[in-house]
Amino acid sequence: MQLTDRSKKTDKSDLTVIEKTYWPGVVKGMGITLKHFFSKKATIRYPEQKRYLGPVFRGHHILKRDEQGRERCTACGLCAVACPAEAISMVAAERVKGEEKLYREEKYAASYEINMLRCIFCGLCEEACPKQAIYLRHDKFVPVFSSRDQVIYGKDVLVEDLNDRYERDAWTKEDMAALWQKQKD
Amino acid sequence: MDIVLIVKSIIIVTIFAVSLGIAAYETYFERVIAAFIQDRVGPDRAGPFGILQPLADGGKLFFKEDFVPTLADKWLFILGPSISMLTALMSSAVLPFGDTLNIKGQLIDVQGMDVNIGILWVFGIVSLGVYGILIGGWASNNKYSLFGAIRAASQNISYELAMGMSLLAVILVSESLSIKAIVQSQHGINWHIFHQPLGFMLFVTCALAECNRTPFDLPESENELVAGYHTEYGSMKLGLYLFSEYINMFISSAVIASLYFGGYNYPGIDVVHDFLIKQTNDVTGHNIATGIGILVFFLKTFFFIFVFIWVRWTLPRFKYDQLMNLAWKWMLPLSVANLIIEAAAELTPMPFLASWVGLGILFLAYIIFRPLFLKRKLKQNLQ
Repeated sequence: MQLTDRSKKTDKSDLTVIEKTYWPGVVKGMGITLKHFFSKKATIRYPEQKRYLGPVFRGHHILKRDEQGRERCTACGLCAVACPAEAISMVAAERVKGEEKLYREEKYAASYEINMLRCIFCGLCEEACPKQAIYLRHDKFVPVFSSRDQVIYGKDVLVEDLNDRYERDAWTKEDMAALWQKQKD
Repeated sequence: MDIVLIVKSIIIVTIFAVSLGIAAYETYFERVIAAFIQDRVGPDRAGPFGILQPLADGGKLFFKEDFVPTLADKWLFILGPSISMLTALMSSAVLPFGDTLNIKGQLIDVQGMDVNIGILWVFGIVSLGVYGILIGGWASNNKYSLFGAIRAASQNISYELAMGMSLLAVILVSESLSIKAIVQSQHGINWHIFHQPLGFMLFVTCALAECNRTPFDLPESENELVAGYHTEYGSMKLGLYLFSEYINMFISSAVIASLYFGGYNYPGIDVVHDFLIKQTNDVTGHNIATGIGILVFFLKTFFFIFVFIWVRWTLPRFKYDQLMNLAWKWMLPLSVANLIIEAAAELTPMPFLASWVGLGILFLAYIIFRPLFLKRKLKQNLQ
């Protein structure tokens, strides 16, 4: 019975007289290593060069702003409920007159904190958010921290920088499926 | 002071420094070439392209604890790596790195010393080198180290025989033991490799075994003997062992280049020499031509160092019985046959043609008689 068409039958016949001198084998092997010597290297020199990890890699959290630069988050708390590690906590506040340019909804998060020691980067907050406010960036890692006071990320770290807006090819699972389909075609 | 003495001491110190420097950078190139062969990039963090890596390694080894095991023989334990290093450094003294330098009307050899038994000197010293390994392995008071040391000794003795025999054929053709004279006898492109390809193959194989390089690195086989004779060594004592191995590699490459690839000779050496003398004057032209010769010599040496490293990252290690079979049943008879063929060819009016015809006959005989021999062995096994 043949399970695959890739299996190769092992040649167990005796070596020929020439092969017994080892030289054909040696020359063949040296040829293979020489070919690899000149071939392209697989190494990516990590801190300087980075591999593209795909549009849905789950990295650093970000609180998105909308097209006019207003914060999308309305402090509904669904992300905190969805979070299996209970890493998210927030304090809600009401928008007052004159703050319409800052916050999209009438209620906003006065403080929004993620405990990075608890976060497991599952992305459930991203899925739970009804306002498309929280995302896990595909292009940025959470940096290494060396002390406990660097661990809680507040709004100062999380809210999107207007001068450096975050974009990606696929925002939802449906987008991603469409992207895959496009790549296949 | 005498100008010859000054120049000579400069040359000797330079040779010393060059062999140490080359050995240090062999460790770097060993790693880079290994990485390239395995599709990696190798060490590239210390300095541009990682060229400061040997310094970093040396510094690390110096700052580690200089440890001697309690039950080891302390003085022999220290003596082992010292002998290895000493013998490795001594053998470069007789190698001709180039032709002569003309300084104030005096012709000075670019060579430590031109002794008339040069090649014997190299072989004597290299054979002494095994004492370093043997003493180190024995003094460690460790079974694995002792195994490694015994393997090193038996392997070196076995392969020195075939090496000496293939060397005899070279000496026979060039009629001298002085390496300088052997190199001069291969003037231009009249290299021994073209006369004695079989001898060359045997010599390179033996050189690999003498340097304890893969596929003959049984003394330090890391998966069966932990690390062989240097299991118990650490710090700079280990560094000296590894360093002496790399110096030996450089020396063997240089010896191969001098014996079989004409040393500093290259095709059209006379034309270049005459041209340079015509362009400048007698003295400068001669010195520049010698400089080109030195470059050519180092190019050949580096090529063989590359081959040594290339072989190491290609071929797997032999088993011990295979090693001994190869040495005693194949290389020794072949080298004797090679010697006889070359000697007979020297007696004929056309030595070049005769040696190739002789080698052809040997090869044919092998092809014809080998299957018969195998059949007989098979019959014996069946009975």
